[in-house]
Amino acid sequence: MEQRVYLDHAATTPMVPAAREAWLQQSAEFGNPSSLHASGRRQRQAVEEARELIAGLLGTRPSAVVFTSGGTESDNLAVKGLFWRARATSGADRVVTSSIEHHAVLDPILWLEADQGAQVTWLPVDSVGRIDEDVLAATLADPSGVAVCSVMWANNEVGTVQPVHRIAEACRAAGVPFHTDAVQALGHVPMDLGELRADAVTLSSHKVGGPFGVGALVLDPGLALTPVLHGGGQEREVRSGTLDAPSIVGFAAAVEHAVKGQEQRAFHLVTLRERLIGGVVASVPDVIVNGDLGTAPDERLPGNVHLSFPGCEGDLLLMLLDAAAIDCSTGSACTAGIPEPSHVLMAMGRSEEQARSSLRFSLSESTTEADVDAVVSALPGAVERARRAGGARAQVS
Amino acid sequence: MRVLAAMSGGVDSSVAAARLVDAGHEVVGVHLALAAKSSGGASTAGPASARASRGCCTLDDARDARRVADRLGIPFYVWDMSERFRRDVVDDFLDEHRLGRTPNPCIRCNERIKFAAVLDRAIAMDFDAVATGHYAQVVAGPHGPELHRGVDPAKDQSYVLGVLQRSQLERVLLPIGGDDKATIRAEAQRRAFAVAQKPDSHDICFIPDGDTASFVLARLGGAPGTIVEAGTGATLGTHRGVATYTIGQRRGLDLRTPAPDGAPRYVVAKDVATATVTVGPAELLDVDLLEAGAVTWTGLPLDAPVDLQVQVRAHGEAVAARIDASGARLRVELATPVRGVACGQSVVVYDGTRVVGSGTIEATSRVARA
Repeated sequence: MEQRVYLDHAATTPMVPAAREAWLQQSAEFGNPSSLHASGRRQRQAVEEARELIAGLLGTRPSAVVFTSGGTESDNLAVKGLFWRARATSGADRVVTSSIEHHAVLDPILWLEADQGAQVTWLPVDSVGRIDEDVLAATLADPSGVAVCSVMWANNEVGTVQPVHRIAEACRAAGVPFHTDAVQALGHVPMDLGELRADAVTLSSHKVGGPFGVGALVLDPGLALTPVLHGGGQEREVRSGTLDAPSIVGFAAAVEHAVKGQEQRAFHLVTLRERLIGGVVASVPDVIVNGDLGTAPDERLPGNVHLSFPGCEGDLLLMLLDAAAIDCSTGSACTAGIPEPSHVLMAMGRSEEQARSSLRFSLSESTTEADVDAVVSALPGAVERARRAGGARAQVS
Repeated sequence: MRVLAAMSGGVDSSVAAARLVDAGHEVVGVHLALAAKSSGGASTAGPASARASRGCCTLDDARDARRVADRLGIPFYVWDMSERFRRDVVDDFLDEHRLGRTPNPCIRCNERIKFAAVLDRAIAMDFDAVATGHYAQVVAGPHGPELHRGVDPAKDQSYVLGVLQRSQLERVLLPIGGDDKATIRAEAQRRAFAVAQKPDSHDICFIPDGDTASFVLARLGGAPGTIVEAGTGATLGTHRGVATYTIGQRRGLDLRTPAPDGAPRYVVAKDVATATVTVGPAELLDVDLLEAGAVTWTGLPLDAPVDLQVQVRAHGEAVAARIDASGARLRVELATPVRGVACGQSVVVYDGTRVVGSGTIEATSRVARA
């Protein structure tokens, strides 16, 4: 296979060796973790050790870790589950969220609004994509009827890190359950869930070098919510479905790798990120760097580079870089391949045209200077060509 | 060559792309998203715009095309051309109907989307050519590439490509025009393409139920008027809007009184200004002189009047004609009358199997009386 420069680690990242090893080893074992016999017990023990490992690494209790099929399920469980529960017990029908959530939070909330009568407050963001805390405070000044507040830890497109500790504190003070999607943050920013004290936190395995199809919702054990999946009640009666022991074990190994190497990884990524941004800014004069330009862990994800190229269509740029053996993203994936203007960039005040002219590069610990330099040398030509193609499109008729 | 293969998700363009890969070209598949996006999102505030166009992602055709590209091992992308398509093809279609003309949207799409917007983009993106699954052939000739009919008379699509000009033809590959449909289907089967048994597309892609009259009426609104008899001017009935009738139409006229001689009556004329539809016997549909504007040349332009053949509809027969292109317009004298020719239709000029050029019919008349 040809040698490719893979800079789409926010979409998914290769499995780390420790995770693959744990995953493969467990896959040779046999048994249903819920079974009472010896075969089941062996699997159960592996699952529980994984649960304890993850809880310990993230500063929370094992009983808080609910294994799910991944980030999307965890987000759905938190948002819908907390909404349904609050509505059933107190008639609460309000939801507070940011205008830049991942689709796994955004879509359930839009569905709750359209189909379930939820009243939604969309927190605006500033030009770098950080929520307006004054609006949050004003919203929480009257917390009556708020079923859930959901604000992501770090944005998947532009990498902006939200002030989740202050948001969690504000929600706690107002007595409002707080959920945060931490899928992009895990392994990239310091994460102590005991200190954060959010009610629900979404984690995904494959974004941190674990296997696909597994994740967790770290859920305050004292908090009741309505399940999305009803069945055997394997996970605290909150989530049903046979537990996938090999994936869970692999997930835990990946979390261990992600958390223990976080600080060193962030340093490496920030260095490479600044090299990439500096190189592109020098060679493509009118490029726009989106998001927070800060290098601190509470400002921007260390491995995120998000750029707009005025006059270019992002999908054409992606196509040209793809042909040049560089994998990147226009930001939001769509199964039919039509990039939509990003709701994140629109919320940050960008025009639809600018939103469509964007590319996201997401780096990992395996990224090298040579990878970054390959992008810096390929981009000017690609941008020029994409601009011409865009012009060709506009000039007809 | 670097070739951009337009892949609709159908049998023909799938085999076309496969043949280009076999021929050793560097092929990239592109599916054109042309259909209007579904609108959704009930949210009054917040990022509802993100919802507005997810309908695009569920199109089976895009998925079919992607699966073929996967099997061929070629890169595949979707180009969203829906905005252009709406403006240049659908709106144009409605504008023409508003004027009482009968447009061919497939020709417009080839002229303005596939072999203009897409071709220009492809060239700017460093492709050497665009390939499609049309049943027609590009053949090297003494004066450059020539466009010829496909060998399958039942599928020949050279008529809808009649607007192509030589500069475009140099950048167009039509890999399947030398075979008949059965051969292409068998090849798709042999290649184990899931689309091998997919039914042929028919009619107008943006009117999937085929009910053009209702489509037009819903968008243009009706201007009710009368249906009158040719010659006598007698009022025979009423109608919901001129735009829903086609020259040569016989069904659905809902006339109260039959013709005195019992012969069937057809729409023979439409007048948008007075909202009048004129009906009459079949003979009144016969025309033998056409005048066409918006002339394009696929081959060398004709300067002196010459005896060739013309075709006035996608699945019509070629008719011998004398072509005079000395003015700005084409004057076409038909050797034998043709029935039911409407303004807005394209007339494509052939020299045997070769496409010479085209024009859009602006006037028709009957000169020689039988």
